[in-house]
Amino acid sequence: MAVMFKKIFARARSKSPWLLHFNCGSCNGCDIEVLACLTPVYDVERFGIINVGNPMHADVLLVTGTVNPRNKRVLRNLYEQMPHPKAVVAVGSCGLTGGIFREAYNVVGGVNKVIPVDVYVPGCPARPEAIIDGVIFAMKKLGEVKPCRER
Amino acid sequence: MSQNTDALLILAGLAAGPLIGGFVTGLDRIVTARCQSRIGPPLLQPFYDVAKLLSKEPLVVNIWQVFCAYAYLAAASISLVLFGLRSDLLLILFIQAVGAVFLVVGAYSSGSPFSQVGAHRELLQMLCYEPLLILVTVGIYLQTGSFRVPRVFAGEKPLLFHLPLLFLALLCALTIKLRKSPFDLSTSHHAHQELVKGLLTDYSGPFLALVEIGHWYEVVLMLGLCSLFWATSWEGMVALVGISYFLEILIDNTCARLNWRWMLTSVLAFGLTLSLFNLVWLTMH
Repeated sequence: MAVMFKKIFARARSKSPWLLHFNCGSCNGCDIEVLACLTPVYDVERFGIINVGNPMHADVLLVTGTVNPRNKRVLRNLYEQMPHPKAVVAVGSCGLTGGIFREAYNVVGGVNKVIPVDVYVPGCPARPEAIIDGVIFAMKKLGEVKPCRER
Repeated sequence: MSQNTDALLILAGLAAGPLIGGFVTGLDRIVTARCQSRIGPPLLQPFYDVAKLLSKEPLVVNIWQVFCAYAYLAAASISLVLFGLRSDLLLILFIQAVGAVFLVVGAYSSGSPFSQVGAHRELLQMLCYEPLLILVTVGIYLQTGSFRVPRVFAGEKPLLFHLPLLFLALLCALTIKLRKSPFDLSTSHHAHQELVKGLLTDYSGPFLALVEIGHWYEVVLMLGLCSLFWATSWEGMVALVGISYFLEILIDNTCARLNWRWMLTSVLAFGLTLSLFNLVWLTMH
């Protein structure tokens, strides 16, 4: 019985990832590609993905852009407000390493300098197909994680 | 014998809420997606969502919110069970209203401004739909001579022919109750960016799942109330509910969200006028 419930919960977690999109100072190139995923052409709701505005409802944190000292604490705050189990997807060259801004004086670097990242989606900007693929990887990870009640 | 059937009816009511409500919501999401030329989620998506929310870490902003989520679920399920037992319509509506108030109290108990604004708007929505629902039951009373559900099924002609204007008023209330545009001010399935999630901002994880299941119970109760208007045959009930729900989805997809002043004036003026005309017409005959 317990095993069956575990399987159902794991399947449900991999079937219903709710996204929180945070623009960490991106040039908006990646953000437009993220929004393109919601359009009828790509229609991410096929996978149960919903773009939410509330970290307390989110399962996947999608971060675009470079991290700087000003928005570092905002990013960490958003991450900490999300309930377990959760996954982080870094999108675009800037989110991965800082991109062409990596040596600027006000840039901390990639998202992984502040919070643990599960999936990296490269590209400048990342293509919508690649972003959807990255979220699907994150979904698989969410399906494998034990829910907090079993810890 | 009657005790056994009662127990069966209670169990059926308890199970029907989540089952029918979940499937109706899933179908709603697919039809909505097709209206927007998208493919849409699988039919079981609402069940995946609720199962996922139940397995998430419970984060509590205020302990009263947990109590309010449970109270909302309890009131919603009790009102549907009473409907299944063919009880008094007024009693059913009052218990449903108690549940709705608990949802608002839960939103008020958190400090988030989004929750607070959502709660304000939900109160205004209740101010709009509660009088209409009461007037609909008054119309049913004037026609059948009783507030109890079995008397509706005893009628020879469908109620829709006696209460056509009240049915339109009920559709107005249904739009608000199902959280459809143009009246999805406090919270809605789509409005994640406006007001964050309004009323539900600080309900999260398992408690959001409870609220969602409670909402399914309410959806089934409201559709049941709609079906009373063609209580003479099963096919008629199903057809009437199907048509009303499809109309709601069409309205949802063709209307923009309105502000609360517009909702208050239009729904109250339109709904109350229609209801009063119908009631006066009923008493004249």
